[in-house]
Amino acid sequence: MQAVRRAACWLDKRLGFSSAILPVIRHPVPRSVNWWYVFGSATLVAFLVQVVTGVALAFSYVPAPNSAYETLQFITHQAVLGNIVRGIHYWGASAMVVLIFVHLCRTFLMGSYKFPRELNWLTGVLLFGLTLGMAFTGQLLRWDQDAYWAVVVGAEQAGRVPVVGDLLAQVLVAGQTVGGATLTRFYATHVFLFPALIFALVGIHLYLVVRHGISEPPGRRDVVDPATYEARYQELIHQEGVPFWPDAAWRDVLFALAVGAAVVLLAVVIGPATLGDKADPTNIQANPRPDWYFLWYFALLALMPPGLENWFMVGFPLLVVVVLLALPFVAPAGERSPFRRPWAVGVVGFCALSIGTLVWYGSVSPWSPNFQPAPLPATVTQGLSGDALRGAQLFQAKDCITCHTIAGTGGQRGPDLSTIGDQLSPDQLTWRIATGGNNMPAYGATLQPAEMAALVDFLSQLRSR
Amino acid sequence: MPDTAESLLNRRRFLSLLSLGLGALAALVLSVPVLAYLLSPLLDPNRNVWRNLGSVDQFKVGDTVKVDFEEPSPLPWSGQTAQAALWLRRDDATHFTAFAVNCAHLGCPVDWRPDAKLFLCPCHGGVYYADGSVAGGPPPRPLFRYDTRVENGTVEILTRPLPVG
Repeated sequence: MQAVRRAACWLDKRLGFSSAILPVIRHPVPRSVNWWYVFGSATLVAFLVQVVTGVALAFSYVPAPNSAYETLQFITHQAVLGNIVRGIHYWGASAMVVLIFVHLCRTFLMGSYKFPRELNWLTGVLLFGLTLGMAFTGQLLRWDQDAYWAVVVGAEQAGRVPVVGDLLAQVLVAGQTVGGATLTRFYATHVFLFPALIFALVGIHLYLVVRHGISEPPGRRDVVDPATYEARYQELIHQEGVPFWPDAAWRDVLFALAVGAAVVLLAVVIGPATLGDKADPTNIQANPRPDWYFLWYFALLALMPPGLENWFMVGFPLLVVVVLLALPFVAPAGERSPFRRPWAVGVVGFCALSIGTLVWYGSVSPWSPNFQPAPLPATVTQGLSGDALRGAQLFQAKDCITCHTIAGTGGQRGPDLSTIGDQLSPDQLTWRIATGGNNMPAYGATLQPAEMAALVDFLSQLRSR
Repeated sequence: MPDTAESLLNRRRFLSLLSLGLGALAALVLSVPVLAYLLSPLLDPNRNVWRNLGSVDQFKVGDTVKVDFEEPSPLPWSGQTAQAALWLRRDDATHFTAFAVNCAHLGCPVDWRPDAKLFLCPCHGGVYYADGSVAGGPPPRPLFRYDTRVENGTVEILTRPLPVG
């Protein structure tokens, strides 16, 4: 026993644990720090989980187009508990994106980014960007059809940047087209470059947290004045500070454990993202969709008026970056409490609501054609004969049904035609079909006159009964 | 000469600058090969080549079909990505039109619907007529095309980079 104590004492003297490290872990924090302060540490824990599971996955993953997909199949279906490891990595990624977003919102809403914590905010913004970068590069490594086309879509957006667009796109895919050099590029970025940057920035971020102290939860009358803030904070810490460990840290531990439990539970119950078909540029039977954290952007790109799109694709990400980076310099002082900053609350509420709505809209994507619609139901086709019956067949054969719904069957790109006979006369129908407009292709050159007549006959009979 | 306070200060200043300068030089020297290596795709000369898509006779006049071909000089581990596809239509006895499969909006693969005579994109709802012009949706321009030619009874296309912007 004595020997163990002596060894521990020796180690402590050499390491300087109790003299140099313990004081950092026990740095005083405001007594009023509460449950709103757990999201940053939980993001860090999620990141560490990603590192551990990511390293495990890298033991089997081969980052080459001729084998990446096969190694994912192996990991998912053959490797011992490989499905669970992939599941934890997948749900851990989602957790990390959600947590860092909530952490960012919390910091903004409580005005914690203000003087003297501007650099805490800036390093945090970079970490937020890197987390999204990890999410994007990570989904590509699955190397299924969604992954392949996501690279193409990413390169196309880079290509919209004025002047250097072509060069950017070529650097992104490492060549003229997506090929052998592309996947290794994203792999190296995902497992070496970005994680190294994240580790470095987390180090700086934590150092700054200790240097400036954890911000006190703002009271309604707390106003930041750079001239007096630091002295006031020191006084607060002096009077009623408590050591971070364990007085505040227990909440971080409990919350991180809850997040971890949820991630593992989701990995076991739902499992990782389903593997689509293998990436194949010659397989155009694809329905590319990004993972949920980019679905809102995918939806925006469909809903954007085409005239604004070039501005939007370059301007929107740029605007977000500029706003986030400029924030602590534009508003370094003043009110902190969310109750005194209705605009801040409004902006966060608006962003969260828009993103949520757009993610849902992107998952439904009514603007996409329905390539495999069910046949028209019997309630529509029964009792039809002659031209009208032929029209119903043409409605399906000529891909009208790909974009239009009748009685719940078909695509949602164009208007529902279930009762179109009530709304348009045969002449109006003929005109609409022949000339198109409003995203409807003109069928005048495609349909024979007899086909047009049959189609119009069928559509005219669609009435509310 | 004895060390005065001033000469000591000068020496320290010199040694700091020397160390920082040498460090910066080392970083610069190291970054040249690394950056050049990473940016090498930009230094590559244009490697596009004419690819044979097969005998003219196997294509029916008026039909639009998907044809696969090999990318120029793919890497040995490229697997399926060594291949690419395009939509090829035989216009008449000696003329062909070749469309990129990539939607001109954001590059998703468009599908040819022979009965509707339209190209449909699965991503954001882009639609094109048979001649590649935009029929609906967000695409800012018609479908991209490949150069085609007929040589010794076979159709050939000139490969091209991923059509961007």
